[in-house]
Amino acid sequence: MRRALPIFVVLAGLLIAIAVVNPYFLEPPAFLAFVKRAAPLVILAAGQYFVIVSGEFDLSVGSLVTAEVVIAARLIDGSAEATWPVLALLLVLGLLVGLVNGIVTTIFRVPSFITTLGMLLILSGAVFLWTGGAPRGALSPEFRELGRGSLGPVPWSVLILVAVVAAAVYAMRAGFGHTLIAAGDNDRAAALSGVRLARVRTAAFMISGLSAAVAAILLGGFAGVSAQAGNGLEFQAITAVVLGGVVLGGGRGSVVAAMAGAFTLEALFTLLNLYGISGALEPAVQGVIIIAAVALGAVRFPRRRTAAAS
Amino acid sequence: MRSYSRRFLAVAALAVLTTATAACTTDEPAPSAAPAGSSGPAESAGPGDRGTGAQSKFFVQADYDAQMTMRRAEPTGPADKPWEQSIDPQLIDTAAYKKAAPYHLCFSNAAIDNPWRQVGWKTMQAEVALHKEIERFTALDAEGKDDKQISDIAELQGKGCDVLIVSPNTTATLTPAVSGACPKVPVIVFDRGVETDCPVTFIKPVGGYAFGAEAAEFLVDKVPSGGKILALRILPGVDVLETRWSAAKVAFDSSDLDVVGVEFTDGDAAKTKSIVGDYIQRYGKIDGVWMDSGATAVAAVEAFEDAGLPVPPINGEDQQDFLQKWSDAKLTAIAPTYPTYQWRTPVIAALKILKGEQVPKIWNLPQPAITQENLATYLKPGMPPLHYALCGCEDLPGYPEKWGGTS
Repeated sequence: MRRALPIFVVLAGLLIAIAVVNPYFLEPPAFLAFVKRAAPLVILAAGQYFVIVSGEFDLSVGSLVTAEVVIAARLIDGSAEATWPVLALLLVLGLLVGLVNGIVTTIFRVPSFITTLGMLLILSGAVFLWTGGAPRGALSPEFRELGRGSLGPVPWSVLILVAVVAAAVYAMRAGFGHTLIAAGDNDRAAALSGVRLARVRTAAFMISGLSAAVAAILLGGFAGVSAQAGNGLEFQAITAVVLGGVVLGGGRGSVVAAMAGAFTLEALFTLLNLYGISGALEPAVQGVIIIAAVALGAVRFPRRRTAAAS
Repeated sequence: MRSYSRRFLAVAALAVLTTATAACTTDEPAPSAAPAGSSGPAESAGPGDRGTGAQSKFFVQADYDAQMTMRRAEPTGPADKPWEQSIDPQLIDTAAYKKAAPYHLCFSNAAIDNPWRQVGWKTMQAEVALHKEIERFTALDAEGKDDKQISDIAELQGKGCDVLIVSPNTTATLTPAVSGACPKVPVIVFDRGVETDCPVTFIKPVGGYAFGAEAAEFLVDKVPSGGKILALRILPGVDVLETRWSAAKVAFDSSDLDVVGVEFTDGDAAKTKSIVGDYIQRYGKIDGVWMDSGATAVAAVEAFEDAGLPVPPINGEDQQDFLQKWSDAKLTAIAPTYPTYQWRTPVIAALKILKGEQVPKIWNLPQPAITQENLATYLKPGMPPLHYALCGCEDLPGYPEKWGGTS
């Protein structure tokens, strides 16, 4: 937790900066709206954290989100009855894509960078082939409720986010989290001490796939059908995780900090927008963050004692 | 502990750096480096400055004037078939191309990667199927790549085409390829143009200035004086979109409206909704929304609904989801169009040329706007959300199933 502190200080600084420009921001409705908007990215960052801390990457989440939204619209086609079965199917599909990523990476020993980049291309190509660039069908109002509606004053997506945060923290405190970090820190040592690397890493990919499915449900609900729903999300998620101080290459960093990183990124985008700076700057900001954070990690690396935190 | 504080400092420095950059940019009054850039909250609007920034470098006064004239001109041709109509046609003789049936038509298509082109492409295929004298129709999809389209055009020249139809991916890059084909086969260009007059005819709707002006003038008319306008654009630097915005800018600059922001959405619904939500928070109220394309108009409408506010006057496009929302939520709206029925016209033009009939050198198609009065005629139940209402496809065989609809 101690190592997660810096990102919280930065996050607090950004939130204060936003509040200075827009005092209304800290009132409950506006703040909840901010959390609601950040929820999909925070959930994706949590999923990405599991993969990164185990020493791998998942570049496929963005196109997985797009694929899920497009598939949901086609299958639901505005019908209320189809909503719940399709929601279940989306979660299964997310797990399945994660399973394939995991198996290809661990059993066939294809570097995850290549595996998931391939998956990104396969999914975006398949979506394009299936839709020809124009998604068909429509999401039902029931489906959209999860991303758009709220329970009293609290949006559903905020409640889902709270559940995801609790589950992620629990998983990292449990034995699974410890073996995951051990696998990312030194896989040979972990294997020698009895960790089943393939199984642990595949589970991490499946968690990432699942988080992409949840993010797709929230994003599709928030904004409706779009063939661009997940564009660039994989890099936003990785940026968020890195911003949270998680070391690329695995073994170090906390899931809470990774999620705080996602909030920070979203806050930064909100602030840029409030100052009237074009969205075109967002990818540039992300690029600076990724390079700077990795460079800092590399400089620090030899002097740090191995430590795990949750 | 040392490394701990180092990292902290670095992350903090990074954050300060980015916010500092943010702060200084807004201190300057509308930097010329960002012509369509957004106006910051601290920026004071001088006299005549409506917050619209500098004029686009794509703006051409003569083209703008021509389109403003054409918008109000009466087209010639059958009123129930706008795809056969033309505005102010300068007819040319095509007897030199006269030929006996059957015909082989060829088509080099820029792409079919968006809903607009999807609807258009289906419409074109249906039009071809109407004519028995067309024995073959060879179409190549360039998948949005200039280099592929250049080789497609070269390849089609060796296929014995009687007419070559081209929908260019980009204007300048495709010009030499089209110039090269002209001496060998009669060429018809539509949608985007090329920088040569060698094609027999160039088919296009009135154009982007007319689109942008239609929407902006509607807002000037409907939004009370001093109202706050948010302009949403997809991307900067694309000619067909720049013209739409530059015409809107002209209209806003001569009005008493206050354009509080010009934002880029990347055509992304979630981003559009977030931007509109931010503006509602920042200004409490937005009195009108101008959009350079309708794809994310429903997301913008939803941002007002989710904030519990009435939806102000807004423009979309002739996409089904927007028309449906307009009708259901009783919006004050307008939908300028860039009609997909223009995909029928090249096939009709090709047959006219092969039969030696006259065609306009520049075939300006009418570009109607959907208004409250005619909304009911354009909103067709059962069509998919991304269908374009001005497809002119209702009388074609296979409608509505071929376009993804249900009857």
